[in-house]
Amino acid sequence: MKSDLQEEFFGHKHTTVIEPPKGWHMLNWPELWAYRELLWVLTSRDIKVRYKQTVLGAAWAILRPVLTMVIFSVVFGSLAKMPSDGFPYPVFVYAALLPWTFFATAISTSGQSLVGSTNLVSKVYFPRLIIPLSSIGAGLVDLAISTGILLLMMLWYGVGWSVNLLAAPVLLLAVIFIALGVGTLLSALTVAYRDFTHLTPFVVQIWMYVTPVIFPVSLVPERWQWLLYLNPMTGLIEGFRSAFLGKAFDMQGLGISFLMAVVIFVIGITYFEKVERRFADII
Amino acid sequence: MTQPAIKVEGLWKEYVVGSAQRTHSTFYDLLSHSLKAPFQRLRNLGGATDDVNQFWALKDVSFEVQPGEVLGVIGRNGAGKSTLLKILSRITSPSRGRVTVQGRMASLLEVGTGFHPELSGRENIFLNATILGMTQKEVARKFDAIVDFSGVEKFLDTPVKRYSSGMYVRLAFAVAAHVEADILLVDEVLAVGDAEFQKRCMGMMSDVARGGRTVLFVSHNLTALRNLCTTGLLLQGGQTNGFGKIGDVLNRYVSNRTNGVDGSIELLDNNPDQPACVRRITVMPTGKDAETPLTVSADFSIKIQVDIREADREISVFLHCHDENQNRVFSTGSFFNQQLQGLKLAAGLHEFECRVPGNLLNNGEYSLDVMLVRDRTEVIVTESAIVSFRIHDEPLGIEGWNWPAVGIIRPNLSWIHNG
Repeated sequence: MKSDLQEEFFGHKHTTVIEPPKGWHMLNWPELWAYRELLWVLTSRDIKVRYKQTVLGAAWAILRPVLTMVIFSVVFGSLAKMPSDGFPYPVFVYAALLPWTFFATAISTSGQSLVGSTNLVSKVYFPRLIIPLSSIGAGLVDLAISTGILLLMMLWYGVGWSVNLLAAPVLLLAVIFIALGVGTLLSALTVAYRDFTHLTPFVVQIWMYVTPVIFPVSLVPERWQWLLYLNPMTGLIEGFRSAFLGKAFDMQGLGISFLMAVVIFVIGITYFEKVERRFADII
Repeated sequence: MTQPAIKVEGLWKEYVVGSAQRTHSTFYDLLSHSLKAPFQRLRNLGGATDDVNQFWALKDVSFEVQPGEVLGVIGRNGAGKSTLLKILSRITSPSRGRVTVQGRMASLLEVGTGFHPELSGRENIFLNATILGMTQKEVARKFDAIVDFSGVEKFLDTPVKRYSSGMYVRLAFAVAAHVEADILLVDEVLAVGDAEFQKRCMGMMSDVARGGRTVLFVSHNLTALRNLCTTGLLLQGGQTNGFGKIGDVLNRYVSNRTNGVDGSIELLDNNPDQPACVRRITVMPTGKDAETPLTVSADFSIKIQVDIREADREISVFLHCHDENQNRVFSTGSFFNQQLQGLKLAAGLHEFECRVPGNLLNNGEYSLDVMLVRDRTEVIVTESAIVSFRIHDEPLGIEGWNWPAVGIIRPNLSWIHNG
């Protein structure tokens, strides 16, 4: 099955038909699958290159989230006395920072990924979606490392591991879907308008403050909480907290987020596919 | 009946010239245009085009390449060669028409696509080969051959940013040379590197050409085209101007660009992104008007008008002169004059003049390649066989001697009787 597909796309009997693009068309999944080796190679390139010529090397993957967590714990936990639903604030904030950092890195790097790969886009053909995909893939390694730290921290603070943890991969999948949707959309828009290069950091920053990362949803008056849930990340971040801290899941919030994740994913990919074939002309 | 390897049917490609090039006559124009611009850009991205700013890079190009054929694509800068190559390699899509390609296709538009300076030679081989469409298995199988060919095995685990530029290019080329494809699209990647390396590239190209693979080869190097290709396609202004045996097409190309005796040509500005371009070339007797024919004994001047866009860089002009049989007669560059070395030019039009003494060239037809070189190292523009001129015979005027003076050059040598 595997080799059949590769034969179809890379084989000697393959027929390629090149025609003008016609309107909206859906993603060519078989082709993307046939190019998975390229996705892997580019992802591993991003991972290998990330900490080259740094003294601390891969330790940065641990240091960055830990330092952020410490700063947030001091500023918001100790000084601002932010409520944390009865959990130790460091664990409380870190459980949310984990998916959020992954998400924020994913959308900023994938947004810049296409313009950062001009030499590839203008010199060789492959499904362009591989570029933003690979930049999101590289973030998964950092996420895995920081998850390990969180699990250790939970033991330290006496927050037990619960069966809720099993939900984390599903939640992560939804975060990846949103990141893919937003990331591909941003990357395609950045090709045409470099304005998005400057806009994206703002959006990410503001987005964090409308997502319950440093504060619990319960901080917001109940009749305004529905506003928070217009943000697809709200349900997922709360979901991650439930998974790590062993709280009950807010099924309604999660449902909304999952639905929005799918919609955002479809919008992002569809727009990307629509404009993909013009990238080389305008990049 | 075999199917053609590449079948191109009625190919058109339209580019929308960026609105930045518009001139604004009034402030209001500027304002209203900048307010509209974002929306126009949005429409362009979506596929809608504004018919004021369009430019057709290819107009109704059709041809077929049979399996095993080596097709050379010839044409002046801006004739649509690169656009054709980009469409065939699926980097950009055509506006109209259809291309059918049978078999596995690989495009070599530059060497070392995707090379990452921080990664080692070994890692870059895998990266680059995968980008060029090889599977991991194939790379693993060919790895030793690639390393062998490149001759950098000692430095395989060194990051390529520490490589000399020669090593870098050799490694990159080694990967490209091992791409397994039925159809190869090759741009002027061969124009890089030193003479030794170019020879190696040409050797590899002719192996490929004789190995029964289908090759589409874009080059300015007429000798290479003549040696390697079986068929030629001549593009002019985005249209097919000749298709057939390589010899015929090359002759057509060279004779097409002659303007007869006065050897003068005006060039359109087709590529505004380049730091400089050639606008006009005139070959005329020194100190006379351009209508006067060139003769064997008369000094003549080659005047090249250059439009500089990137100010304050050293841009020099370089010339190759060929005779009718494509022999290189001489090469010369403006920086051969020491006073012109390091001359930084302001933006705008500049004229260079190369003076060729009389009694040097024999009578006959000559063609010139004109190149623009940045900082004496980097060729930024190549206009090959851009202009030709004819040097008229002057009878020797020797009583009883009616033979022509045969030879590539015709110097006026002195004879003495030493007793």
